[in-house]
Amino acid sequence: MTSIAAPSQVGFNVRWIREDFPILRQTVHGKPLVYLDNAATAQKPRAVLDALMAYYSEDNANVHRGVHLLSERATQAFEDARATVQRFINAASAREIVFTRNATEGINLVAQTFGRARLGPGDEVVISAMEHHSNIVPWQMVCEEKGASLRVIPITDEGALQIEEYERLLGSHTRLVSIVHLSNVLGTINPVRQMIAMAHRRGVPVLIDGSQATHHMAVDVQALDADFYVFTGHKLYGPTGIGVLYGKERLLDEMPPYQGGGDMISSVTFEKTTYNVLPYKFEAGTPNIAGAVGLAAAVDYITAIGMDRITAHERELLAYGTAALSGVPGLTLIGTAPEKASVLSFVMDGVHSHDIGTVVDQEGVAIRTGHHCAQPLMQRLGIPATARASLALYNTREEIDALVAALHKVRELFT
Amino acid sequence: MTRRGLPASDLRELYQEVILDHNRRPRNFRAIEGASRHAEGYNPLCGDRLSLYLKVEDAVIKDASFQGSGCAISKASASMMTDSVKGKTLSEARGMFEQFRQMVTGNADPLAHPERLGKLAVFEGVRNYPARVKCASLAWHTLRSAIDAKDEVVSTETE
Repeated sequence: MTSIAAPSQVGFNVRWIREDFPILRQTVHGKPLVYLDNAATAQKPRAVLDALMAYYSEDNANVHRGVHLLSERATQAFEDARATVQRFINAASAREIVFTRNATEGINLVAQTFGRARLGPGDEVVISAMEHHSNIVPWQMVCEEKGASLRVIPITDEGALQIEEYERLLGSHTRLVSIVHLSNVLGTINPVRQMIAMAHRRGVPVLIDGSQATHHMAVDVQALDADFYVFTGHKLYGPTGIGVLYGKERLLDEMPPYQGGGDMISSVTFEKTTYNVLPYKFEAGTPNIAGAVGLAAAVDYITAIGMDRITAHERELLAYGTAALSGVPGLTLIGTAPEKASVLSFVMDGVHSHDIGTVVDQEGVAIRTGHHCAQPLMQRLGIPATARASLALYNTREEIDALVAALHKVRELFT
Repeated sequence: MTRRGLPASDLRELYQEVILDHNRRPRNFRAIEGASRHAEGYNPLCGDRLSLYLKVEDAVIKDASFQGSGCAISKASASMMTDSVKGKTLSEARGMFEQFRQMVTGNADPLAHPERLGKLAVFEGVRNYPARVKCASLAWHTLRSAIDAKDEVVSTETE
């Protein structure tokens, strides 16, 4: 077993990384905290905490309004954050970066503007069997309103999308495809570049839900040719309450506003309102300025470490974890697609995932248990729930070992 | 109440031997042919489902059974509940629901009236695990629904 202090084979010192995350230093139930619930939310490096503190301590003011110095500084910080996000996902323009509360709001925004304008009776929206509720329900809502319907790409037993079935689903009625990039339950990385190209051959735009992807792998929205790409700040080591909708400028321009209010207008009279330019047209009201600043600090943090090194570290950990969990008697991994990342979902013979969660928590190990907001996927897999360990850049092999030791305690207790 | 820093041995306070036994070998785990009362319970937080069957004659529960999937706490709770309400009047069973609910939510001391809940007092430890209270009470909410002869699925999230 390697020591926690040893730099891993990919040339990145996880001990130093861990020192950046104050929350990881604590004990829970008398045991060192082993935080393996990163797909739910990631912990925050000091750089993010400091950025929030500095913003509120030094720059806080409302944006795009005042002529005073603090307002200029706050506006600058907010727009700098947008530019940071633009570079992070290689968007062509900062006008294509819309700040939202989270990925869910990004999907709802597209459903309620683009979807409502484009969908009619008999039209179809294509999603997949592995979607989070946030990429199902917004489409159900707009489909119901417009007389359109949802079509669902099936998955294999290993948890990969059936691409030939996807090809068959793309038809003359398809108006939009909305697909998860990296599954929160299975860890499957979907071949989104190929899937976008397939849709584009039929003139169909594609939204990618990148909630689980942006912090595990490099994302280049232009290389993918994604029409829309949504993600959230808090899984990317940033604060909660800030997310991003990327949209191609041409599409965003055509779309009606989402919410009305301040900041999204250029002029208002009681007779007529002229909407603001992109991206402000979609940012009604005072935005989460500190959240954007914190998100930019998180992006800077992981960019400084290097996404390729993070990906390599996590891939090594995933391989280690896959082997280690496979050695636990009665344990079955759920989600074994060839292309996957960061997620280890599993069930254990005769033990419900909630009991697993409670027992390992007593050993200091935080994992997620339940249906992971993907009930249709659970029905497809024929299981009520899974236990899920999900990895981040600060996790170690020793933490996987702690999980495995805790799972042996689960076995002792229940068999 | 916080559990911060409690030693891991406290797990046995939740998973008592009786509970583990009922989880391994749930009693009354069957449907009742010609049941006079039937209710469905659902916990949307974990996806657990439970079907409860009662055979009631002259306002007395002659037989009780359940089917479904769930965690050890919810399965053991349903198993022990169906055992303990047999022979009770509907009104007595309603009273037990109330006492059980108060015990697992930490609003009553089961030892103050041990005769009322009897063996069910083993679920007292649940009160220290707020995330698991619904697991223990799902069967009881479903029982109350069956007693009140409501036809809808009872959810732990409607209280």
